[in-house]
Amino acid sequence: MLEIDVSYLISKPKVGAAGKTGLWRQFKPIVDEDACKCCKVCVLYCPENVIEVVDDRLTIDYEYCKGCGICSNVCISNAIEMVKEGLE
Amino acid sequence: MKKLLTGNHAIAEAVKIAKPDIIAAYPITPQTSIVEKLAEMVENSELDAEFVRVESEYTALSVILGAITAGARGFTATSSQGLLYMYEVCWWVAGSRLPMVMAIATRAVGAPWNIHGDHQDIIVLRDAGWIIGMVESAQEAFDMTLQAFKISEEVSLPFAVGLDGFQLTHTAEVVKIRDYELPKRKPLPYTIEPSSNFALNAVTFGIPKLKARHEQAKDLEKSKEVIRRVDKEFPVSYGGLTEEYRLDDAEYIVVMMGGWCGDAKDAIDVLRDKGIQIGMLRLRFLRPFPRKEVEKLDGKILVVDRSNSDYRGVLGLEVSTVKHDIKNVVTGFGGMELDTQDFVKIFTKFVNNEMKKDVEWWYDSA
Repeated sequence: MLEIDVSYLISKPKVGAAGKTGLWRQFKPIVDEDACKCCKVCVLYCPENVIEVVDDRLTIDYEYCKGCGICSNVCISNAIEMVKEGLE
Repeated sequence: MKKLLTGNHAIAEAVKIAKPDIIAAYPITPQTSIVEKLAEMVENSELDAEFVRVESEYTALSVILGAITAGARGFTATSSQGLLYMYEVCWWVAGSRLPMVMAIATRAVGAPWNIHGDHQDIIVLRDAGWIIGMVESAQEAFDMTLQAFKISEEVSLPFAVGLDGFQLTHTAEVVKIRDYELPKRKPLPYTIEPSSNFALNAVTFGIPKLKARHEQAKDLEKSKEVIRRVDKEFPVSYGGLTEEYRLDDAEYIVVMMGGWCGDAKDAIDVLRDKGIQIGMLRLRFLRPFPRKEVEKLDGKILVVDRSNSDYRGVLGLEVSTVKHDIKNVVTGFGGMELDTQDFVKIFTKFVNNEMKKDVEWWYDSA
């Protein structure tokens, strides 16, 4: 019986499967902590799963955040601003 | 049981025995009567399959792709422009290492417009990683379709069964409906289910892509042994990847594939009656290419083609990777059907060493 190797077709979820994708970022999401109500909509929408809530505060893993800006777009409190890299 | 069947209906009868879970197809001449027949069988509850009507060939094969990823047995059929329209998905099916069977009623490709038979469509699958067979008769269309499911599922590669448009698809012959039990569909190397926690075909860079194509090529190579074994185990053996006709003592060897081989064999008989030692190696498979069988040939070789790439016939190109110093005739395009007398002329010119050029585009037909 033929052994068929398909390992190269299958990928399992893991942190940073595509490398340090934070290096791709042009704009960085900056959280205004006074405005943030911690509603977690951004956590739900983040396609990279890099936003977490720790001790009622948002933390963003900038090592992998690509800077897509979706969090800023969905934020109902206008608490996330996209700032050009290097100008933050 | 024997039935009078067209090539297309012979394929439908074989598919019925194979009991696919899903059939999705879009009509195109000269393939249409295959899936029309299957639709009828599903309607009459003779065949318990999901028949999905779609708006294009691209979607036809995409529907099958999704279903076979989840473990279904799938079938579709197409021709010519339809095959070109679904071409991208052909690569996704093969690259994902998924088994399925597709019948290709071979037909000319436009432009200029033509709906008649030649081999110009099926040859585009050569690089995609499909197993590609070409049959000579409605009986062989029936037999190869049954074997195709078995072979395809064993090596996890898709299988295209080619039959000449009109010459085979729309002419009837007596076909033996075999009592043949197909094994249950072999589990895939992977199956996507609602609970699956992996991604299929994510982005690859460099080495993994090379590895993917290499594994596919290796397994296509290994499918040769499976094809030979399944052919031997079948109620009738055609000879594996190739069929030899009066080849034993042949000094002159004709290499061809498809429906017109029957007429060419009659021409070989005519020349044999005149004492000329001529025979045929009929290629039953274009992929995997039967290199060993061609390598073994000992004699002067003439390849007759119904498709071209560059200035040569496609089989001419393929054979010339194994044998040098061959003659190549390119003819029979767009429904130009050569008969025995035409082949007698071609073969006589070849045997008399009157073919001065390596490649000859042959216009002379009765």
